[in-house]
This record gives sequence, structure tokens and C-alpha cells, in this order.
Amino acid sequence: MPDNHPQAQIYDSHSGGERPIKVAARDVCVEYNGKQALNHVSIDIPDRSVTAFIGPSGCGKSTFLRCLNRMNDTIEGARVTGSLKIDGREVNDRAVDPVVLRASVGMVFQKPNPFPKSIYDNVAYGPRIHGLALSKNALDGIVETALRKAGLWEEVSDRLADPGTSLSGGQQQRLVIARAIAINPEVILMDEPCSALDPIATAKIEELIDELRENYCIIIVTHSMQQAARVSQKTAFFHMGNLVEFGPTEDIFTNPRDPRTQDYITGRFG
Amino acid sequence: MALSKTAHIVTAYGEELDQLADELARMGGLVETQLETAIAAIVRRDSTLVQAVRDREKQVNQMQVDVEKRVLRLFALRQPLATDLRMTISALKISTDLERVGDLAKNIAYRAKDLSEYPALALIDRVERLGAIVIKQLHEVLDALSSFEIEPAIRVWRTDDEVDERYNALVREMLVSMGENSGLVEPGVHILFVAKNLERIGDHATNIAEALHFMVTATPLEADSPPPA
Repeated sequence: MPDNHPQAQIYDSHSGGERPIKVAARDVCVEYNGKQALNHVSIDIPDRSVTAFIGPSGCGKSTFLRCLNRMNDTIEGARVTGSLKIDGREVNDRAVDPVVLRASVGMVFQKPNPFPKSIYDNVAYGPRIHGLALSKNALDGIVETALRKAGLWEEVSDRLADPGTSLSGGQQQRLVIARAIAINPEVILMDEPCSALDPIATAKIEELIDELRENYCIIIVTHSMQQAARVSQKTAFFHMGNLVEFGPTEDIFTNPRDPRTQDYITGRFG
Repeated sequence: MALSKTAHIVTAYGEELDQLADELARMGGLVETQLETAIAAIVRRDSTLVQAVRDREKQVNQMQVDVEKRVLRLFALRQPLATDLRMTISALKISTDLERVGDLAKNIAYRAKDLSEYPALALIDRVERLGAIVIKQLHEVLDALSSFEIEPAIRVWRTDDEVDERYNALVREMLVSMGENSGLVEPGVHILFVAKNLERIGDHATNIAEALHFMVTATPLEADSPPPA
């Protein structure tokens, strides 16, 4: 029997208090060509807060993240089972169009990946294809708002026509975040968004994450324990495809309940 | 002995935590001896022991500075988490308590010089008894610290009520004696100071028990506290 259930249920009562549940997973399993990558993960992720996924490489945290916007659909031989709901809607339902889903579940990757287009067009791209702007003025407004929310407007407002790739790494990552929020997502997934950035650029992204959590459900995968501690309100520890422990970040880092969590976060042989 | 059963992947980090625990144990041993010597000086009216207590106090102070440096270094360079975090922060608190105990032991020893100028007091056996309980408290809590056991720490914590009662009784009797015989006022004041210092040392042993409890369980000892009598 997988060991995810008890912990997940214990903490359900924790998360229920302040924030409504945005993402509810029950018994989510993923296998790649018959090889189990995620075992019966059940978790309730609160809205308008930051949830960090930590764990060693290959523990399943990114696999689970990719379930949330059906990125695993694109992988040959991947099979996802169980129930995964965002705002009560089943993500894996056949009626759900992955393209529409990905508009409401934005994703930021490890390496900034701006389109080979201007700064303006990078942000305007999503709103254009989703028909969010009825006029050039409206589109300008959306681009400016998204860039402001991403804390980038002051730095790029006078060179919106420059290529997105001309920006620094940290600026590119904020551009990508602006691109994600331009289409009003519900959930923002971040897969090690700062691992390619210097400490100052990292601090700016973390400050941005802290501001964005007022409006979005943010899930961040990070290998930096300090980053998880700094930015998240709740932390989930994955190990060998299992969700081992999930709880308030402060508890995970001061008093983890499971010895596997303890060994991992303190840097011991497990 | 470490708080966690598994070893650190970064050996040097594990060693730094072990060294911190060792330093704390050495500091505790020194303070214990200081207190025993101070009480012996009072009971035996032997002011020649005072210098030994003073010398150790300087050593204890230096060790507290060392513990602080180690803790600062661990926070800055290792960012300890979970048990390591609790251990590091508790070590800092415990070293402060031990330094205070050393200081109070020195104050007790100083009174031996003054008391040796007066005839032996009948109440001194009460002081000796109080001192013995406090030494036992300190000894047990330091033993518990070296093995990370919480049961003896909780016992020490509960003993504090007995220390307080004995201290209060001693003060009452001393005041009565001083009222009856004005010749006892001057040595009596010294005895009162000694008793007060012993009672304070008992409080520090209690603090150490609380810090140890938090270190091991991540919960404050106050939560289990029995209602005050």
C-alpha cells in the first residue's frame, strides 16, 4: 500500500482553514512505458498561496507538476490515472482541451524560454491567440499590466520592440512570467525557475512570486531548500514517486515528521 | 552522540555539529565542578577554594564565546534545518544558561570569604541540602543533554518546585533567626544571597531542560506543565 494517504489526509484539515482548495489530486499515478514514476499521490493545494515541491532528482515532483497542465500527454508511453481536479473540474477529462487548460495553468521553466520575438510580442502572443484583446489599445494595456505585475515594466517600457532574447537571464525569466500571467491563468507552475539565475535575479523572482501569490495559486518545484523555505507557505516532500509529507513550510523545515524528510532536508544519508 | 541517527553527507558539517555538542558538554562539566567547589567553600568555610571557582569562570566565559562563534558559523555557512536547526539554536540558549550558572557559582564562592569571619551557622546544613539538590538537578540535566533524553529533563524540570519550596523555607527561618539574634544579621544576609543564587541556578537548570526538550521534540516543555499548586 502506498504511504501517501495518511499524511495527505492528516494535512487536509490544515489546509482547509484559510484558503480554498484550488487543486485536488486523488490517487494520481503516472507511469512511463510501464515504469511507475508517481504512486497514488493525493494532495489538496490551496489557492492564492505558494506550494513548494521538494525532493531528490527522480522523486516525481516534476512528473506531478506536469500532470497539472497535461504536459505528460506529449510524452510517448506516459499513462496518468487517478483524479486531478482544478476548481472541481477534472483535468484529465476527455472534454478538456489541453490548449485551453494550459491557458489557465501557466508554466515557467528552469531556463527562460522567451519566443524569438520582441518583448511586446512575447507578452501579447497569448492574449492574441486566445482573443483576449479587442483592440490595439486593449492589447497594449494587457501587455503593460502583465509586465508591471512581473516587475519588468520599468526596465523595458522604452524598448518593447527589442527582442526578448536581448534581456538578461533574470529579466527573461520575468518576461516569461509576464507572458504566463498575460492570459489570466488560475495556476502558475514553476519548475526550478531560478536555477539558472544569480542571487540578485533570484531575489527579484522570489519577490515577484511573493506578490503574485495574492492572486494566483503558485506551485514551485525547487532543489533549493532555502528557496522553498523563503517563498512557500506549504511544502510537499516527494521521494521515489511517493508524496511522503505535506504541511506548512515552517513545520517541514523545523520539525518534519517523517525520517525521510528529515534526512533529505538536513542533508543526511537516507 | 548525535541527535539524528544518520550521518551527514557533508562530513565536515556533521563534525561541526558534533563539536558544538562536545563543547557544550565540556562547558557543562566545568560549570558543574564550579558549583560543587563553590558549595564546598561555603559549607567548609574554606575561602582558599574561591580562586579555583574564579579561574573556571573565566574559562566558562571563553567557552560561551566559542559556542556563539560556532553557532554563528553554522547559521552562516550551513543553514541548519530541522533537528540540526533546533540543536544549534538550543545550544546557543543552553550556553547562555551555563554561563549564568558559572557566574552565580562564583558569587556563591565569594560569600565563603565573608562567612569564614563568623562562627558556623546552624542553618548551613539547609544550605548544603539545597545545594545538593541543585547540583543533582544540574548534573542530571547535563547527562540528559549528552544523551538527548527527555525523561530525565522533565524530572529535573519538575524538581524546580522543591527547590523553590526549600529556598522559601530557608529564607523564612533565616529571617526568624535574624530577628531573634541581631548577631546573625550579617552572616544571615550572606546566607540569603547564597540561597538566592542556588535558587537561580535551579531556574537555569530548568531552562536547560526546556531547551533540551525543544531540541528533541520541537515542542515547548511548558505545554505539559502541571497547574501551579
